[in-house]
Amino acid sequence: MDGIHALDDTPLTADGSLVLDGGPAPLPDCRAFVSAEPASASEQADRRRAAWMAAAQAGDRRAYERVLADSVALIRAVARRQGVATDALDDVVQETLLTVHRVRHTYDPARSYDAWLSAIAGRRAIDALRSHGRRDRRELHDEFVLDRQPDRDDASADAERRQQARRLREAIAQLPPGQREAVEQLGLREQSLAEAAAQTGRNTGALKVNLHRALKALRGRLHGDD
Amino acid sequence: MAEPRSNDSLIAALGAELVPVRRLLPPWLRMLGWLAVVAVFAVLLFAHYGDEPMLRRWAGAPDLAWAALGAVLTAVTAGWSAFTLAVPGRSRAWAWLPLPPALLWIGASGLGCLRNLRGLLAPDTSIATLHQSADCLVFIVSFSIPLSALMVWLLRRACPLRPLLTALLVGLASAAASASLLEICHAFDAAATDLLTHALAVGIVVAVNAAMGGRLLSKA
Repeated sequence: MDGIHALDDTPLTADGSLVLDGGPAPLPDCRAFVSAEPASASEQADRRRAAWMAAAQAGDRRAYERVLADSVALIRAVARRQGVATDALDDVVQETLLTVHRVRHTYDPARSYDAWLSAIAGRRAIDALRSHGRRDRRELHDEFVLDRQPDRDDASADAERRQQARRLREAIAQLPPGQREAVEQLGLREQSLAEAAAQTGRNTGALKVNLHRALKALRGRLHGDD
Repeated sequence: MAEPRSNDSLIAALGAELVPVRRLLPPWLRMLGWLAVVAVFAVLLFAHYGDEPMLRRWAGAPDLAWAALGAVLTAVTAGWSAFTLAVPGRSRAWAWLPLPPALLWIGASGLGCLRNLRGLLAPDTSIATLHQSADCLVFIVSFSIPLSALMVWLLRRACPLRPLLTALLVGLASAAASASLLEICHAFDAAATDLLTHALAVGIVVAVNAAMGGRLLSKA
């Protein structure tokens, strides 16, 4: 397995053996000295996050919340590098956190946490760019239709709108109860998180998670994408 | 939705949902699990056909043995790289791992064709008729179905961030494994028609996986 290690994205750590592998054979007493050399700040942070995530896999909630909070800046940096607009960064952050939650069992603590997280964040950033692209195209298309048909109360357009509304209502009705509740309270009645939390007796975080999952499910159902 | 507070509340909610998880086994171990199923098929085929005809063919025409070795190694390496690529953060370079064994497989089969053209037939074989070649195609495709389905099912427990590439490797692994199994009971010598049907079968399996497996894996 070690022979193929170099194929991986895992950033090289300052671990003595790796550093020394490429160079001339060291004297035995030098080795301890090089190994004791401090790793760079980012490597240390990576290891700290790796340890937190390992603890989170075992069910440590505090370590989990720490590693997720620590991940936000990294996710934003990855998304920004991919060209995600500033106002969409938090969407990517939240989608990435939800994915991390779902696939946290795939993290191997022997490897870099940052490389693992960056791969997921990069994928979610691409998803965000694609869905924005699609939305922009649709909006352009709608404007074009509007130009050609100045009569907005045109019967067929009206029927189409009614049909779209019906499809949306049906899709919402098919959601699991928790998600439906979040869409109804936050999306349709435009209540604040706190108001919705008071009304439903759920905490605001649970409402957010449900709203995210619901929107994702609705997008998939209405536009045939995931 | 863009205020930092919402990130905090999401993190708190995910923390509240946290339960311990069983870590994914290393990719090579998961690949061995899949290979164990291939081995079961192989044992059943050996039990039915015996290993003697295959070994006699190989002794008479070593290129057939090299081609079989290439197919087996292609199945192993393509499976290994599919399981590895399904773990976030692993390099795309893993996708090249099956290339050398695939070249051995294709190259040795090509050499077999040349030998055959010079009129040197491997022992106890004949040149497959078009109808018999179609049987090979059916064999490869039908063994590939359960093998692909099993691998896609296993991969869905991981997180394939490159679903299409992973699905292509699933197709290659299962087609190569099926071609290896076919070798046990393949009484036909390497010939252009036979080689083409094998290539067609592998192409079908890879294409169907790319079309269907990509979708299945991207929803994982």
